[in-house]
Amino acid sequence: MSTATDTAPVTASANPVSQSIRDSLVIARRNLIRMTRIPEMVLFGIIQPVMFVVLFTYVFGGSMKIGNTTDAGVYKDFLMAGIFAQTVTFATAGSAAGIADDMQKGLVDRFRSLPMARGAVLTGRTVADLVQTCITVLVLAVVALLVGWRTGSAEPTNAAKILGAFALLLLLGYAFTWIGALIGLSVRTPEAATSGGIIWLFPVTFVSNAFVDSSQMTPWLRHIAEWNPFSATVQATRELFGNPGVVQSDAWPMQHPVWASLIWSVLIIAVFRSLAVRKYRSASA
Amino acid sequence: MPGAIYAEGLVKTFGDVRALDGVDLDVPEGTVLGLLGPNGAGKTTAVRCLTTLLRPDSGKAVVAGIDVVRQPNEVRRSIGLSGQFAAVDEYLTGRENLQMVGRLYQMKGRAAKARAAELLEQFHLADAADRPTKTYSGGMRRRLDLAAALVVSPPVMFMDEPTTGLDPRNRQELWGVIKQLVAGGTTLLLTTQYLEEADHLAHDIAVVDHGRVIARGTSDQLKARTGGERVELVVHERDRMGAAAEVLAAFGKGSTTVEEHTRKLTVPVTGGAKLLAEVIRELDVRGIEIDDIGLRRPTLDDVFLSLTGHVAETEEAGEGSPDDAGHDQEKEAAK
Repeated sequence: MSTATDTAPVTASANPVSQSIRDSLVIARRNLIRMTRIPEMVLFGIIQPVMFVVLFTYVFGGSMKIGNTTDAGVYKDFLMAGIFAQTVTFATAGSAAGIADDMQKGLVDRFRSLPMARGAVLTGRTVADLVQTCITVLVLAVVALLVGWRTGSAEPTNAAKILGAFALLLLLGYAFTWIGALIGLSVRTPEAATSGGIIWLFPVTFVSNAFVDSSQMTPWLRHIAEWNPFSATVQATRELFGNPGVVQSDAWPMQHPVWASLIWSVLIIAVFRSLAVRKYRSASA
Repeated sequence: MPGAIYAEGLVKTFGDVRALDGVDLDVPEGTVLGLLGPNGAGKTTAVRCLTTLLRPDSGKAVVAGIDVVRQPNEVRRSIGLSGQFAAVDEYLTGRENLQMVGRLYQMKGRAAKARAAELLEQFHLADAADRPTKTYSGGMRRRLDLAAALVVSPPVMFMDEPTTGLDPRNRQELWGVIKQLVAGGTTLLLTTQYLEEADHLAHDIAVVDHGRVIARGTSDQLKARTGGERVELVVHERDRMGAAAEVLAAFGKGSTTVEEHTRKLTVPVTGGAKLLAEVIRELDVRGIEIDDIGLRRPTLDDVFLSLTGHVAETEEAGEGSPDDAGHDQEKEAAK
C-alpha cells in the first residue's frame, strides 16, 4: 500500500454537478438506512400528527368558528390542511438533530476530510428527511380519511389539484429541513438541536391560518398570520383540497396562495441552503 | 525538498487564545512523526489545519506536495484521517460504513465494495462486518475508523490520539496495525499524550506546549534530556532510610533524592527490570522492609518538567473534548 494509485483509483471527477448529485445520494442512502435501523424515530414522527388530528378534531371541533358555523365536521375538513402543513415543518427537528449528531460524533470531520462535494452531506440529509416526510404524510392522509376528512367538501376539486397540494406541502417541508440543517450546525448537542429545531415552529404554525380562521384575529396579529410564509401553503393546500375556511383577505399571499407558497419555499431554500453550506465548510465539532 | 508533511509558521487563534503559535513541522516521506503534548497544547488544531478542516490564520502548510490552503480538495484525495473519536456511523454496519467512505472518495460502487471486504478482512472485522457498529467494542470501532481512513491507501495519514480511551490490550493491537501500515511506506503524523506511545511508533517526536514546538528529536534524545528511568521505593521504617539510600547509591546512575516525610527514595538507573530485581534482593538480604517499589519510566510530565521547568498543564476531560484548543478556549473564557 505504498501509493494511492496501485490499490484504489482516485480520479479527479469530471463533472462537479454529477459528483454533487452522486455524493448527495450516497449520504441520503446512508441516512435512509439509519431510519430503517431506528424505526421508532419514524414511528414517533407519525404518531405526533395523528395525535394532533384526533385532539384538534375532538377537543376543539364544535367550538371553533369557521366562516359562520361551529359545525365539528366543517372544522375537521378545515383543520387537515393545517395539520398537514404543520407536520411537514416538524421534519426540521429531525434534520437539525441528525446533523448535530453527525457533528458531535465526529462524522462531519470525516466527511469534510474526504474529497466529496461540499453541500452533499446536508443535501443528502434533507433528501432523506423528505422521504421520511412523504411516508408520514401518506400515513396521515389515511388516518385523516378514516376520521372523516374529505377533499372537495366545500368547493369542487380534482386529482391534479390534490396532488399539487401535496407537492406544495412537501416543498415546504423540504425548505424547512434546510433551516433545520443550519440549526443543527449551529448548536452544540443533538438535544439542543431537537428543541432548537422545534420551539420556534409553535409560534410559526399557530400564528397562522392553520388551526383557526385568521380573519377573526386582532388586526396586527392577523397581519402577521397572513404574511406568515407558513400560512400561504396552508391557504393554497386548503384551496386545492376544496376544503372550507379559505381566508378572504386583501393580503397578496392570501389571494395568490399557490404562488406565494412556491416563492416562499424557494426563497427559504435559497437563503438557508447557502447559509448552511457556508457554515458547514467551516464547521468544527 | 520538503517532506510529505510540511508546515512553516502555522498560526491559528480562537478569540484570544493562540492555539497554534508558529508551528514548524517537516516529516520526510515514509516516516512517522509523533506530536506529543498535553490536552490543550494545540495538537488537534495542528492536525485540523493540516487536514483542511481548519484554515490557518497564517503560515504555510504543504501535504503530499500540495498546498493545503490553496488546493484543499486535492489534499483530501491524498490523505486519510483518523480522529480522536471513532467517526463511524453507529447504525450502519462495518461494511456499509467502509463502502460509503469508498464512494465518497469517488470510487466506483464495485471497487468500493471490494475494498471494504479487503479491509474488513485485514482488520479482523470480517465476522462483525454485517452488524451495526453500535454493537462493536471500543477497540473494534477504532479499528474500523482506521480502516475507513485507509480506504484509498492514502500516501499520508493523520491520526489524532488513536489510542486514547482504549484498554491496554486494544492499544497494543492498534499499535500493531499502525506499525504494519508504516512498514508499507505510509507517511504518518500521530498525536499522543503518552510518551510511551510516541516512543513505540514514531521515528521523530515533536513536543508541543501552548501552540509551539518546544523540543524535537528521537525518543532517545528526548529521554536523555529527561533522565531516563529510575527506581522509586518507599521504606517501611523511617530509621532504615539511610541503609536503603546506601543500596540505591550502589545501583544508581546518579544522586539519590530522599523525601523524608513520605519515606520515598528515588534514583536514576539503567538496566530496567533486571536491575530492579537485584535491588529488591539486596534490600531483602539487608532486611530492609519496604512498602512499595517500582521502576519509573519518564512520563510526559517528566519530559515537560525537564523541558519547561513546569508540569504539563493538562486540561481535564480530554476524551470528551473534540478540539483540544477549543476546549482550552472555553476554559479561558470561563475565567
